[in-house]
This record gives sequence, structure tokens and C-alpha cells, in this order.
Amino acid sequence: MKLKLTVSPDFPPEKLAGWHIFNTWLQRQTGLASHFDVYESYEELHSAIDAESVDLIYANAYDSANLVRDKGFIPLARPAQQADEVVIATSIESNVEKIEDLAPGINIATTADPDVRTIGMIMLEPANIDSANSQLQSFGSYPLVAKSLMKKESQAGFFLADAYDRLSKLIQSQLRPLVRSHIQLISHSFLLSPRAIAHKDTLQELLRNMAEKENGPRVLDDLDSKGWRIPDQEEVEFMIDLMSTLVSD
Amino acid sequence: MNDMQPNDVAPNCTEQRIRLYDGSERRIFLCDEEVPYPDGKLIVSSTDTEGVITHCNDSFVDMSGYSEAELIGQPHSILRHPDIPKAAFADMWNTVQGGEKWAGYIKNLRKDGRYYWVYATVVPNKRAGVIKGFTSVRRKPSRDRVNEAQALYVEMKKAEVNS
Repeated sequence: MKLKLTVSPDFPPEKLAGWHIFNTWLQRQTGLASHFDVYESYEELHSAIDAESVDLIYANAYDSANLVRDKGFIPLARPAQQADEVVIATSIESNVEKIEDLAPGINIATTADPDVRTIGMIMLEPANIDSANSQLQSFGSYPLVAKSLMKKESQAGFFLADAYDRLSKLIQSQLRPLVRSHIQLISHSFLLSPRAIAHKDTLQELLRNMAEKENGPRVLDDLDSKGWRIPDQEEVEFMIDLMSTLVSD
Repeated sequence: MNDMQPNDVAPNCTEQRIRLYDGSERRIFLCDEEVPYPDGKLIVSSTDTEGVITHCNDSFVDMSGYSEAELIGQPHSILRHPDIPKAAFADMWNTVQGGEKWAGYIKNLRKDGRYYWVYATVVPNKRAGVIKGFTSVRRKPSRDRVNEAQALYVEMKKAEVNS
């Protein structure tokens, strides 16, 4: 069986090199044939999942919920430390100093990442802003979200906090962060399709001990990762329950 | 559930006795001072099917004023503020026990007698189709929506007293 690996399409292109390296490392460590597929949009990813073309995925919390509950995917590992947090920012030249200074009718710049959108919209609720009274504009990368704010085409921008922190000092100096989430419970997860269940123990052992494996630390660096830990099923179910409280029906 | 203690509460609190959902009574202290909801945070807790707290996060501990040890094992009604009508809680319980999600604006009572408003969403924790407990997630509410809820709850409380 050839293992088909992918990630949620919320990683910027410069981070995908790390995942290609991870795929090569995975093949060497396990002796399994594997292929890393890149999907450029959530529509493409979801079609691939429906077509059973995904065996191992590093998925955001929103996709994890659907994959575990609807497709029977099995949680393998979660980041040892990092949680997915969100920053809402505006232009440094704006008069807006806090979320409550924003008003319905604004343009919001974001990416297609559903976790970031969900958390971002929740943090706008204190300003009475929702998806019905604002315009969401989707961009292909976080620097483009920043550019939209700097050009004053948008009054608020949603950023994955890690991505915001990686913006250049020059770009950051043009932005004013209004709020940063401190949820701590939402993260990406490695999930395995039920078809590949035979590889569960091998993959979990490998991920848990990645820092001790040959070239493991270097590959973790390439992924900007501090390593992985093995969650129990209930921990992932809890995150899914939590996500379900955040999405509107 | 333990009564609130005068030594724990802020100055100028007034004492009241409230009747809880299970018919028991509790002595509480109330102070007319709102504690602002912290930006960017979620208050998260889980209960068993009887509403007894089994897990809470740091934001829950910070905002409630209780320690984690004081919260685990207590009924979630430890946060019950008398300004919230019984019908609102009954609606929440009926909804989640029926397996559905409930959401609404709630005023919570802190250990020190002050209060904080939240937008709360409660979901049943279904495992293999069986409800094993409930998870409640609270977030910062819109002040306009809080004002609307507050006005509604005042009317509901009047109706409660008159019934």
C-alpha cells in the first residue's frame, strides 16, 4: 500500500518544503512507500478525502472534526506544545484601537483556513459583527491579508498567530494587533484513515520519538515543530466538541 | 453545595438565599459590580450528565474566583446568579439532555459576589451515540446583546415572581 500524505491547505508555500522532507524521512524510517500530495484549496482536499485519496493528514481542528466523526479517521498525534491561535489586526493608520471600535459593514481580510475564520469571527462578536453584516475577502497568504489592511481595503484582518509573528518587522510595523486568542485547546492533528489502520502503531511510535530518530530533530526544525504527543481518543473528541460550540449551525 | 462565605466576598455585598434546580437552597452574596470578560479567551468546562463539574480551564478558574479544587466535583450551578430566570436554565437543560446544542447570554456569579456576562454554548458529549456529559464554552459577548438579554430576563423574572 502506498501511503498518501497531505496537510490542510492552510500552510504557506514556503512551509511545504518541510512537509516534502518529512515525507522522505517517513519513507526511510518505515520502509513504506508514501507520497505527499498538496491540495491548493479546501474544495480540492475534501474531494480527495471523498475519493479515499488521503491516508495520513495533518489536519486543522475544523477538518479533524469532520474526518474523525464522519469519516472514521483515527487521531495519531498532536503538537507537543503549539496550539492554533488567531490575531486580529488593523492598519496602524486606523483610528481603531480595540475590537469594540469596529462596526458592522466592515471588510475583513482572511485566508481560507476555517479555524482562523471561526475564531476570528467569534472575537468580532463584541463589536456586533457577524458574517451577515460584514464582507469576508479571502486571500492566498497572510502577507496578502496584511497588504489588504495596509492599503485600507479591509478594516480587520485574521491571521494565524504563528503567521502573524512570522511577518517581517516592516510589515508588522504597519499593523496594529487588536486581539490575540488564548484558547490553547485547538491544534492541528495527525489523522490516519481507517484503511491504513495497520500502520497506526508504527506511525505513532515514530512520531512520539521523532526527536530521537536519525535526522528527526532536523526534520522537526524544518516543520517548525517541537515534536508530537499521542492523544487519547477522548482528548480529540473533546476538541471536536469544543469546535462544535464555536461554529454556527 | 456550600454556602458562599462573607469573608470571600467584595465589600457592599448583600446576602440572599436562592433555591437551586434540584430544590436545595444556597446562601449567596451579591455585589453590583461587573468584571469585564477578558479579550481573546474562552471559558471552558465539562460536566457529567448530572451537571457536576469534571473539568475546567484556567480562564474558568480566573473568572469564577474559585480554585480548580473548589470547582471540580461541584454542581455547575455554583455560578448561578439569581438574575437569570429559572426558565432559561430549564430551557438549557431540556435542550442539551435532548442531545442538542444550546446557546444564550448568561450572567454568572463569582466567588467574591461580583458578576460577569458571557455568551455560553453547551453541547452534549456524545460517545457512540450516548450522552456522557456536557461541555460548556463561554466567550466575550456583545454588549448590545447582553443589554437585550438583561431586559428580557427582567421581564421573565417578574413573570416568575407573579406565577
